[in-house]
Amino acid sequence: MARLNVLLLILGIACALGVVTSQHKARKLYVELQKEKDRAQQMDVEWGQLQLEQGTLAMPARVEKLAAAQLQMQTPQPRQIRYIRLDSGMVTQQ
Amino acid sequence: MNYATTPIQTTGQIALPAWRSRLLFVLLLAGLATLLVRAVYLQGINNDFLQQKGDARYGRIVDIHAHRGKITDRNGEPLAVSTPVESVWASPADVEVTTKQIIQLASIVGLTPEEVKSRLRDTSREFVYLKRQLPPEQAARVVKLGIPGVSLQREYRRYYPGGDVTSHLIGFTDVDDNGQEGIELALQAQLGGKAGSQQVIKDRRGYIVEDVASLRAPKAGGDVVLSIDSKIQSLAYREIKQAVERNRAKAGSIVVLDAKTGEVLALANWPSFNPNNRAKPSVGVLRNRSVTDLFEPGSTMKPFTVAAALEAGKVKPGTVINTAGGEFTVNGRTIHDTHPERSLTVGQVIQRSSNVGTARIALGLSPEVFWRSLNESGFGLATGCEFPGEATGKLRDYKTWRPIEQATMSYGNGISVNLLQLARAYTVFANSGELKTITLLKQETPTVGVKVFSDVTAQAVRDMMETVVRPGGTAPLAQITGYRVAGKTGTAHKLENGKYVDRYVASFVGMAPASDPRLIVAVMVNEPGGRDYYGGLVAAPVFSSVMGSSLRILNVPNDAPLDNVIMAPGEVIGEEV
Repeated sequence: MARLNVLLLILGIACALGVVTSQHKARKLYVELQKEKDRAQQMDVEWGQLQLEQGTLAMPARVEKLAAAQLQMQTPQPRQIRYIRLDSGMVTQQ
Repeated sequence: MNYATTPIQTTGQIALPAWRSRLLFVLLLAGLATLLVRAVYLQGINNDFLQQKGDARYGRIVDIHAHRGKITDRNGEPLAVSTPVESVWASPADVEVTTKQIIQLASIVGLTPEEVKSRLRDTSREFVYLKRQLPPEQAARVVKLGIPGVSLQREYRRYYPGGDVTSHLIGFTDVDDNGQEGIELALQAQLGGKAGSQQVIKDRRGYIVEDVASLRAPKAGGDVVLSIDSKIQSLAYREIKQAVERNRAKAGSIVVLDAKTGEVLALANWPSFNPNNRAKPSVGVLRNRSVTDLFEPGSTMKPFTVAAALEAGKVKPGTVINTAGGEFTVNGRTIHDTHPERSLTVGQVIQRSSNVGTARIALGLSPEVFWRSLNESGFGLATGCEFPGEATGKLRDYKTWRPIEQATMSYGNGISVNLLQLARAYTVFANSGELKTITLLKQETPTVGVKVFSDVTAQAVRDMMETVVRPGGTAPLAQITGYRVAGKTGTAHKLENGKYVDRYVASFVGMAPASDPRLIVAVMVNEPGGRDYYGGLVAAPVFSSVMGSSLRILNVPNDAPLDNVIMAPGEVIGEEV
């Protein structure tokens, strides 16, 4: 009887310690998870800002100005444009 | 034997009276019982108190921010994006600050030191904003000062990469991220996120260590994909701006529709404003004129009059109308033509924009038939784009019409429209008689249309409108190299205090390629102040340039040879209304 009691006591203590360690581990992992979530959010924010930057840099008005001023490009006149029609015969050959 | 009372000499111990050990036993038991009762009381019966204390020390409720949805154009180009900024706030009672720190803080947030001091003076308040929506870098400098009682709050600010090009269409939000104008207001329910909150346990260092319960799940705002094409939008905006400035006009609007699907590809107005700049411009500049402003359409109405008559079988395209030398009197009022002719065919009435001709055609119709075809073409009705503040225009009940009113309405006086509505009405000619529903959102399948006119009627009117841009018509300047164009000019006198004055609204609505229209462009210039005020001179060049470039952007095949533009040696045929 006394032996069983001691055994149960040891078992009880072991379980209690187990609970404490696993709780501690869980919290540590949770903190990690939070950090990753924060990082994900940070990246999301950065993505939004980059998108915004890209949007601003790629504004048609700006691109047009740069193309004309820096690269000396010009809008082709209608007679400089050739339309190439893809008829069905060509598609099947490919 | 009584051990308790008989001293045992052999052990050498002093025997204690038995009552003492009993008393001790009872006292210990009582002590235990008290603890037990107290424990039961604290943890079982009255556990709220301890729970509360625990929560107060470690439990926290954190807000989970849900940001506002993005608005993009049909190709995914961002038109409105939310990005976080920091707001600096203080709790005046807790602030401990030196004069030097105040000066530093003031310079970062852009206030004078006196202003900062005055905001911190009222110590009864627990929350004062020092500066809202500061860029993250500046916010980091505020944190570096390390002033107790001054903290940051994360907020989201809306940025519009399109700036003034898309401002009327997209609208803007207020400082609390609620839509105030345009799409931002119309689709607030879809765009706006709902912030959530969560109960957590934080440790001493402020880390969240356990997630106790989610009180309210956050709902992120949904993204919206508009039917707008950024390139066409930018082009349209630039052209209308130039046209307004060149003609010294008060304002101008332009709408580009996809004739097949009913999607709005561009919608721009001048004057405009930059929504990224928080200093609010005047109300007049904020108005999306192409949707909220009404005007009398003038001659751009004539194709509908002719279509109604063709549909009713009253005339044929070749029927000769007696235009009586350009003067026609109804109910004691005389209708004039700028180019008097003895007679014109129905086709020529459209080509030369004859008021007398259209009035005569209209008077051959019963008011009910005429009213019904206008009503079915969407006049006097909302366009269905659900833009906030849309003005639906007026089409009076035919029962109250007098003949003179029916006659003037045939050339667009006594009826009012907004530009989007007018552009939409022209879908009947572009889609073999079908009126399309207008939408600002990208559609996977074309919107359903309602049949208003027969294929034959729609085709006949389109043929007539093609003659408008040829030499001898009112708008040769609307021609486009490589594409056939069908359209109609308008030059309407403005109505002021019930009288027509010598100020004009110049307009042009047209479609191309005329063989199978892909786009409809409607241009309206309000009060051109220069020498020219005819729709054919003011609005038609804008149409030609926007339509031509848009068709090329969309890779629409040519339906005419490249030498199709023929400019008449003489003057452009003028028109009034």
